Amino acid sequence: MMKISKSPWLLHYDGSSCNGCDIEVLACLTPVYDVERFGVVNTGNPKHADILLITGGINRQNEAVVKQIYSQMPENKVVVAVGICACDGGIFKECYNILGGVDKVIPVDIYVPGCAARPEAIIDGVVKAIALLDRKRELKKRNAAALHKEA
Amino acid sequence: MQIMIKVVLFLILAPVLGGLLSGFDRKIGARFQGRQGPPLLQPFYDLHKLFSKQSVVVNGVQDFLVGGFFVFVIFTGCIFFAGGDLLLVFFALTLAEVFLIMSASSANSPYSAMGAQRELVQMMAYEPMMLLAAIGFYIATGSFNVSEIVHTATPVIAVLPGMFFGFLYILTIKLRKSPFDISTSHHAHQEMVKGLTTELSGNVLALVELAGWYEDVLLLGFVGLFIINLEWWSILAAVAVCILCYFLEIFVDNLFPRVKWDKMLGSTWLVTLVAGGINLLVLTLVY
Amino acid sequence: MIVSLMVFPFIAALILSMLKPGKLRDLFVFASCVLIVVTVTAFSVSALCNGRNQSYLVETQLLDKGMLLAELGLMGLVFYYSFRHKQYYAALLSAAQTLPIAWMELSGRSAEGGSHIVVDDLTVIMCMVVGVVGCLICVYAVGYIREYHKHHPEYKDRSSFFFSMLFVFLGAMFGLVFSSNLTWIYFFWEITSICSFLLIGYNQSEEAIRNSFRALWMNLLGGLGFAVAILYSSMVLDIANIQDLVTLGTGSQTAIIPVILLAFAALTKSAQMPFSRWLLGAMVAPTPTSALLHSATMVKAGVYLLIRLSPALYGNLAGIMVTTIGGFTFFAASLLAISQSDGKKVLAYSTISNLGLITACAGVGLHEAVWAGILLLVFHAVSKSLMFLSVGAVENSTGSRNIEDMHGLIVKLPKLAFVMIVGISGMFLAPFGMLISKWAALKAFVDSKSILLVIFLVFGSASTLFYWGKWLGKLVAVIHRSERLPDKLEKSDWFSIYTLAFLVIALCVSFPLLSTYLVQPFLVQMFHENLAAVISSSDLKTMFLMLCTIVILPVMVRLLTFGKENKIVISYMGGANSGDDRHFTDSFGQETSMYLANWYMEDLFGEKKILRPSLVLASAGLIVLMIVAIGGVI
Repeated sequence: MMKISKSPWLLHYDGSSCNGCDIEVLACLTPVYDVERFGVVNTGNPKHADILLITGGINRQNEAVVKQIYSQMPENKVVVAVGICACDGGIFKECYNILGGVDKVIPVDIYVPGCAARPEAIIDGVVKAIALLDRKRELKKRNAAALHKEA
Repeated sequence: MQIMIKVVLFLILAPVLGGLLSGFDRKIGARFQGRQGPPLLQPFYDLHKLFSKQSVVVNGVQDFLVGGFFVFVIFTGCIFFAGGDLLLVFFALTLAEVFLIMSASSANSPYSAMGAQRELVQMMAYEPMMLLAAIGFYIATGSFNVSEIVHTATPVIAVLPGMFFGFLYILTIKLRKSPFDISTSHHAHQEMVKGLTTELSGNVLALVELAGWYEDVLLLGFVGLFIINLEWWSILAAVAVCILCYFLEIFVDNLFPRVKWDKMLGSTWLVTLVAGGINLLVLTLVY
Repeated sequence: MIVSLMVFPFIAALILSMLKPGKLRDLFVFASCVLIVVTVTAFSVSALCNGRNQSYLVETQLLDKGMLLAELGLMGLVFYYSFRHKQYYAALLSAAQTLPIAWMELSGRSAEGGSHIVVDDLTVIMCMVVGVVGCLICVYAVGYIREYHKHHPEYKDRSSFFFSMLFVFLGAMFGLVFSSNLTWIYFFWEITSICSFLLIGYNQSEEAIRNSFRALWMNLLGGLGFAVAILYSSMVLDIANIQDLVTLGTGSQTAIIPVILLAFAALTKSAQMPFSRWLLGAMVAPTPTSALLHSATMVKAGVYLLIRLSPALYGNLAGIMVTTIGGFTFFAASLLAISQSDGKKVLAYSTISNLGLITACAGVGLHEAVWAGILLLVFHAVSKSLMFLSVGAVENSTGSRNIEDMHGLIVKLPKLAFVMIVGISGMFLAPFGMLISKWAALKAFVDSKSILLVIFLVFGSASTLFYWGKWLGKLVAVIHRSERLPDKLEKSDWFSIYTLAFLVIALCVSFPLLSTYLVQPFLVQMFHENLAAVISSSDLKTMFLMLCTIVILPVMVRLLTFGKENKIVISYMGGANSGDDRHFTDSFGQETSMYLANWYMEDLFGEKKILRPSLVLASAGLIVLMIVAIGGVI
């Protein structure tokens, strides 16, 4: 059985990051790290993506945007928060317009700390996310089977 | 009976071949950039994943129209490999494309609407050359039927060099390769997201991908038609030329930045007129 | 029956002009239409059963005199209108053609002999087109004109006059296709010219009057060519009859002058470049007029004449003139259509372009080409009238005929949108009619080794694809929170529209029958040899399979998606979408509405950019080729 994890397509969203983490995320696509080895594609379209990768915290302006993008992604999906700002707001946490980490608005599955998060850490996070994708799918199947049995 | 076997073979083998070609494409592309790249079978993994995902659409007619696209692309391929009429092949392919454009327009979304308009411009750009190539075959071999075209004594390319060049030129558009991949592209991150396919996802998107593979095989079949004749070795030669052409397209894809639509339209029509037109003129004078 | 077909519409017109708007008049229109359709059907069946090629009326002294009188009357009418609107050139043109003809007739110099009425398969085909499509348009006009005057209270209600003109038009068309004597054809030819002038100027607005005079002078110019052709063939060649002229002209140069003049007249009538502008101007008239002028009558008279002449056009300069102008018009008009957003204007350019193709087919003068031309004529009449009627219906329902405003019509007016999709598919997609004949035309052009035509055709059909494709895209857009509009159409309108839509699909299945029983026999008689099937039976089977596939597509798609449930979400706008797919939050945090427009590429294909050059080019080509052709003989 082919695993869904063999083809994780990724959507990269920049919340209110200082761009440090963004640079590192893009560094993962370069020849040095080459995440396309694992079939990762940076899609730029929520409707095609399996993993939502967010850098930077959530502010009042992008709150609705993040929610909407998340809602447009088809199941199964995983959210990865990259960098300490995405995890809980980081150094911007106390700012007047910052709500905090990504988990304030949507459920986050994987946290990748760091300022900026290193490419190795990001890849590690993505690989964990991929594993989670498979688990979610398994779970869904089992649930469906259980429901079927009950019925 | 023989026709049935051919059709079934096409139905089974084309996606395998098309998927492998696509994987080959991604691998080579990565190597051009000094990366290791995904496994050769990556496109199959992608397809499998898409089929197993939830399908998210913006309205109820979208998947119907994409289904039309899928069915008619395969239909077209079947006509071609069963030895049917070349003009009919192009007309059926046009019908399929129109289905795809309608599905993109039906989404009422800015990105897919832009993709649809651009796709129409692309069709307008390549259509003349396709028809001219078919006419070239007709004049050279006396028939529009694929089954009769392959029964010539000499390879058709000997008398249709201009047509062949023109066809390669539009092949870049049809295979959605840079510099002419303006309506949708294999490459991520562009000004119109994914163009035509922006609003498609899950198994509906998988159908578009799969249809793309069928279409690629069909187009390479057309390239092969320039080579194949009565000799047995011509089939090997045709395969070699197809691989070479595909490699050339990958090369061009990685080498050139995308152009604007007016450049694409203008240059394609010019090439069609010069390469195709002069070839046609010479051909009518000789035959 | 022939006499009744020729005379009845005129009688109906006379009665209609006296009836007041109301139930009685509507009923009368319906009844007349039914009568005409029944007569046409009976006539066609009897012509098919009893063998073709019947000729009638050899001696017609009295009738000729009557016709002459009527012609002078028409001249008087033109004089009246041109003096009233101070457009004196029209009067001049009219006098220049009517008076010499009158002189020739009165001084007894006109050639005699031959029958005045000939019925063959082409006549039967034309009769069916004119009768069926024309009558459907008249039926539609009943509901349309009522709605039209509700929307445009500024125009005077002259609908009785309107209906009587429609019927005069039909009568003239019947007369034209039955006649074989040149003077007779000319007489009906003039009636259609003047009738179209009156119909275009229907609402008496300044624009309408200007456009109607443009139509008048262009058609009168063609009429002048026709008149000179008659004078020449009568007095020099001693031929009074079109069949004899064609026989004489086939393979020899003697008849080239009248042939070329008749071809010139036909080019003006079918609005070929440089005379294309009158047809565009005709758009100011109510939709049934445009539908009638564009699909079943007027412009078809021109190509009908060319098809009749086609053996005499084979392989000579006259043929080259006709094919060049036709091919060029096909190409240029389809480019021009790209830049238009007014639905009726797109249809007008598409008409001009398709007529260009028919013209080119007739000009090639080869068997296959004429086959393609005749089928194009039939398919075009049906699909185009369907398109006109539905655009008119959309205009009456939504108040706009702009293609941009048809965005999301599939939700607003699903029935009309569906019918329009059928009509548009009929115009350019496989496996529908127009495409089949384009295909045959392409083969014929290749076989006749006319490279220029092939080039025109491939580029022209690519642009055709573009403007129809984007129109289709507009129709199928599904917009959130959009509501159905009330159906304002009357039953009779729906009847016409549905019947035409049915005909488009039915013709697609049944055209091989049309070809075997009507077109092929006609061609055998015209070219004295048999024609192998233009489109092979295996291709026909494939296309039939395609049609079936389209029909069962919904079921197939269900299977392909494995019955999976779709989740419906809003469209992607970078996450800034504000609730539905029509608004987004802009950078100021304001809700802004989104507007999706089609591409018109004004800078490349705009009227400003290419209309004038192509008109100049076409005029220069036409003048040079005519001079060379006529000069070559003299």
